[in-house]
Amino acid sequence: MARVVATPAAIEAVDRLRAGEGPVMFFQSGGCCDGSLPICFHDGEFVIGSHDVHLGTVAASPFYIDHRQFEAWKHTQLILDVGTGDPEGFSLAAGDGRHFITRSRVLTGPEQAALEGTGTPGVH
Amino acid sequence: MAVVEEVTTDGMTSEGAFVAPGQPGSLVDVKPRYDNFIGGRWVPPTKGQYMQNISPVTGHPFTEVARSTAEDVDLALDAAHAARDAWGGSSLAERAAVLNAIADAIEANLTMLAVAESWENGKPVRETLAADIPLAVDHFRYFAGATRSLEGRSTEIDKDTVAYHFQEPLGVVGQIIPFNFPLLMAAWKIAPALAAGNCTVVKPASPTPWSILKLAEVIAAVVPPGVINIVTGPGGEIGKALASSPRIAKIGFTGETTTGRLIMQYAAENLIPSTVELGGKSPNIFFGDVMDHDDRYLDKAIEGLVLYAFNKGEVCTCPSRALVQESMYDQFMERCLERIGRITQGNPLDPTVMLGAQNSAQQLEKITGYVDIGVQEGAEVLIGGERTPLSGDLVDGYYFEPTVMKGHNDMRIFQEEIFGPVLAVTTFTDEADAVRIANDTLYGLGAGVWTRNGNLAYRMGRAIKAGRVWTNCYHLYPAGAAFGGYKISGVGRENHLMMLEHYSQTKNLLVSYSDEPMGFF
Repeated sequence: MARVVATPAAIEAVDRLRAGEGPVMFFQSGGCCDGSLPICFHDGEFVIGSHDVHLGTVAASPFYIDHRQFEAWKHTQLILDVGTGDPEGFSLAAGDGRHFITRSRVLTGPEQAALEGTGTPGVH
Repeated sequence: MAVVEEVTTDGMTSEGAFVAPGQPGSLVDVKPRYDNFIGGRWVPPTKGQYMQNISPVTGHPFTEVARSTAEDVDLALDAAHAARDAWGGSSLAERAAVLNAIADAIEANLTMLAVAESWENGKPVRETLAADIPLAVDHFRYFAGATRSLEGRSTEIDKDTVAYHFQEPLGVVGQIIPFNFPLLMAAWKIAPALAAGNCTVVKPASPTPWSILKLAEVIAAVVPPGVINIVTGPGGEIGKALASSPRIAKIGFTGETTTGRLIMQYAAENLIPSTVELGGKSPNIFFGDVMDHDDRYLDKAIEGLVLYAFNKGEVCTCPSRALVQESMYDQFMERCLERIGRITQGNPLDPTVMLGAQNSAQQLEKITGYVDIGVQEGAEVLIGGERTPLSGDLVDGYYFEPTVMKGHNDMRIFQEEIFGPVLAVTTFTDEADAVRIANDTLYGLGAGVWTRNGNLAYRMGRAIKAGRVWTNCYHLYPAGAAFGGYKISGVGRENHLMMLEHYSQTKNLLVSYSDEPMGFF
């Protein structure tokens, strides 16, 4: 059980990205325009604060979220996937003409209990 | 905003819609490709790359724009710096004259730009004709007036010592525009920057780079070369190049929260100020007394709820959380749902159409995902919830039904900005409950309060943690009313005289008129 997982298409896209661009990181955005999308950066491009929450690691890449947003989202599992179209904001693309997206699944009671205590602050 | 009473029939089809840009008979010319607007000229991208620009109305490309790189941002910065001293040194009368000339040029092309904006963004032309473009015109006029009112202050520190304060331009600024109001948000940023004596390099949003180039065509003759420069391309590349450049003195940004943080991070690296206007999840609160009478006011309040569908919900202040007092919930929502059921959706170039196309396939995908998670969380779909199937030229466009979901404030559809025509509605018991739910959000950009009781309205307005509380109205954006966020909705204000300070340095001359030495050495 993990707070964030990735589809095979997303894993393949991240692997290809890593091979071409080097290590990457994800930050789950929220609000406005491109909000609710996972933003993919070169690793270290986005400064992780001491209150940001590390949700997990997908395709060898760390995945973070704002701590306030974590409180509102923690009953759901995030599923990193790939959609059609260039990224609209500052994110790296998931391949030519493709972008990363986050799908969500509501966790069951036992799943939420199993994840209690995970999702820890700071850089990982 | 007033709904347009008379619409010209020029450039319209026999069915009463505006002819699509680029088609025979259209008011809007479309070139096969567009270059960057730098130093008053059209400059091809250094690497010669272009990207397709899609109209969300059809889902198909209709022109190409420059796919710029960091080198092109540098060219734009060169042009802006070359123009900086002359523009910064221009008199207030000269600056105001240019801003008024921009306003006049936009006004003279109002219908053309309204059609272009609708085609670019997918928003209904009835909105661009009545709101986006007229508001942009007025914004330039407001700041033309504001700049004439610029006045330094002086303080008599003691009888022989005077502190003079002058506002001086910052120099060259960078401004990043969102896709939801490509022209109006550009006006919100460009007008105060120019009024304060700055030159600007503007990056439009990646999905909506074209209408602002049409704007540049219209105003090119009245703006001194290099004062406004526009570079199109991907955010990750040129947005970063602009925001992190050591050659800008300020960065203005409207967009989402993570990029807002990134912008502030870049600004910190260069020790420059930033203004960031970020997301929202605005509560729209309806007290039971709204239904005390069946009158014009009730009619206005019903429209106030339905305004979540304005601009297809792609508004950072979209009233996307309706809080309705339990005592009148059933009767009020019945009236609202009836009104929502009468929303006409289709070709946004048809002036009778109220709901157009979402801006991109990505946005449509995201909206669909949110409805899905809302259902998973147990929310009830009261109306809509699906993509709107349209036919003919619109079959591949990005249309979503006006949707209302009932649930509770802990659900993600109540906590996250969906940026679509999706309303999350819940009930509250009393004033304290309304304040609690309204403020139980990460965001604090806008809010609406509807009641016939003035005292209650005032208390609510002061208790809600948001930068703008519309009281017995919603979605009005007049120049002169400060706009900006509390909490994670942003830092800074726009749309007001105070912007001139955000785009200025304060110079203090501390002058002694005494002949007496200090006596220390």
